[in-house]
Amino acid sequence: MKFLVCISNVPDTTTRVKFTDDNKKIDTSGIQWVINPWDELSLTRALELKDDPSTGIKSVTVAHVGLSGSEPTIRKALAIGADDAVRVNTEPEDAFSVASQLAEVVKQEKYDVILCGIESSDHNGSTVGGMLAELLSYPSVSAVSGLKFEDGNAVISREIDGGREILTVPTPFIAVVQKGIAKEPRIAAMRGIMMARTKPIRVFEPISVTAYTEVTGYEKPKPRAACKFVDPENPGQLIELLQQEAKVL
Amino acid sequence: MSVLVYTENWEGKFKKSTFELVSYASRLAEMLNTTATALSIGNVEKNELEKLGSYGVNKIINANGDGLNILDNQAYTYTISDLVKKSGATFVVLSNNYTGKALAPRLSVSLQAGIGSGVSGLPLSVEPFVVKKRAYSGNAWAHLAIKTGIKIITLAQNSFELIEKNQGATIEDIAVQLDGSLVKTQIKEVQKQTGKILLTDADIVISGGRGMKSPDNWGPLVELASLLEAATACSRPVSDEGWRGHDEHTGQTGKIIAPNLYVAIGISGATQHLAGVSSSKYIVAVNTDKDAPIFEAAQYGIVGDAMKLLPKLVEAVKELKP
Repeated sequence: MKFLVCISNVPDTTTRVKFTDDNKKIDTSGIQWVINPWDELSLTRALELKDDPSTGIKSVTVAHVGLSGSEPTIRKALAIGADDAVRVNTEPEDAFSVASQLAEVVKQEKYDVILCGIESSDHNGSTVGGMLAELLSYPSVSAVSGLKFEDGNAVISREIDGGREILTVPTPFIAVVQKGIAKEPRIAAMRGIMMARTKPIRVFEPISVTAYTEVTGYEKPKPRAACKFVDPENPGQLIELLQQEAKVL
Repeated sequence: MSVLVYTENWEGKFKKSTFELVSYASRLAEMLNTTATALSIGNVEKNELEKLGSYGVNKIINANGDGLNILDNQAYTYTISDLVKKSGATFVVLSNNYTGKALAPRLSVSLQAGIGSGVSGLPLSVEPFVVKKRAYSGNAWAHLAIKTGIKIITLAQNSFELIEKNQGATIEDIAVQLDGSLVKTQIKEVQKQTGKILLTDADIVISGGRGMKSPDNWGPLVELASLLEAATACSRPVSDEGWRGHDEHTGQTGKIIAPNLYVAIGISGATQHLAGVSSSKYIVAVNTDKDAPIFEAAQYGIVGDAMKLLPKLVEAVKELKP
């Protein structure tokens, strides 16, 4: 069984983003780039499953759509334990263009299980995984918070409003993964970092795709009014303010 | 040209968020000088369907068929996509909830339709069609132009008001003939929590962080929540420690919520936490550290120990609601 984990290269989650070029582009100066948190959890779960020989997982590949500048992030994924990587050599335009490039990789390489994070922390689209599934006509399960194998069959937990469903789908399938799939992201050990240097990153040239959407600009959220402090000796005043001033009680 | 809104049901019932979504679709249709149609799939009684008509749609499609009793993303995509094509709709609106996130991207490919997800309001412009959506986990808004013929919008939860407008909607029943081999999802078990107010539905959310110090200290916070008919939530360290369940984790990698009132007790307010709650209309913070970043996001705050303050807040609320 072959696993593919799709990874996105995003600014570290503590970044206070700034924009340049008339608010059309993100100011990349000083940004630390990381594996998108949900993708990192997906990778962690894939590797946990591979560690268990009964699952029969032969390889965990990571795929990324981006220019060579994102190779440090791919190396991180290899250091964490992915066996190899594919990079599609193009600047991501929108979710559809990324999904189309990934679909091409899957068509050529064939995987049994494909994991995508439910969103990326930069565009917050929650779209690439589902698009990829439809492009390939594969079944997809979204909001996946658990994945295991029983007698060679994938058993999936999917979050629903107020609970979860335990379900099965046949391979090949796409799981769109959210929090809960793995407890903590796996951290690269020194040995992994050394080994990652020699693991292959295969570069695929992109196919031609017309994007469906385009970001025309960004704006920063309006700063909130200054906090009104209530005397800790009289917390009842807070309840009064919430009822009479904010009118939310 | 028309607007089609997918109205999900929960065991045959709609929620307030469904009616907000319908209100949004109707206003969008007004902006575009067209009409809005609601699409319901599965078993919903006529009197429940009629409620959708109070929020501005003039037609309700009631689709039903074998294989649609569980959410199989491929089967649902096929069904909705087919109905969109037949109805000639050029705008498709879904909620940005679990189901919307599962279906909208598949529909996008199937209908060759660009998608604006997590949209927070009516479009900024119609020609070109530009929507404002959440980006950089709440640190920015992106203006996204959708360039395709058909356009899909998923609306962020709690981002639009209810607008009543009775158009006297007609109900059209459609029997869907689904190819059975399309349904590949098999549900083995459903685990449901009952009697709990859902975090994503709640108008008020009371949330605890590391400042709660121990899983044993949650009593007064839960009591405060139940008095205010609020949902309970927590920060990431709390759910990672197992003090509270992962389903309560709000923040960048947890649930993204936008209640009218978010009360953060003993939460410092790291960027990742604020990413999940910054769209709340009011944020109240209780924290011992007056320099905690949560106070920058909050409109009201108390500097003090949660353990001492919570019982007093409970008392104050009890006086408010005898």
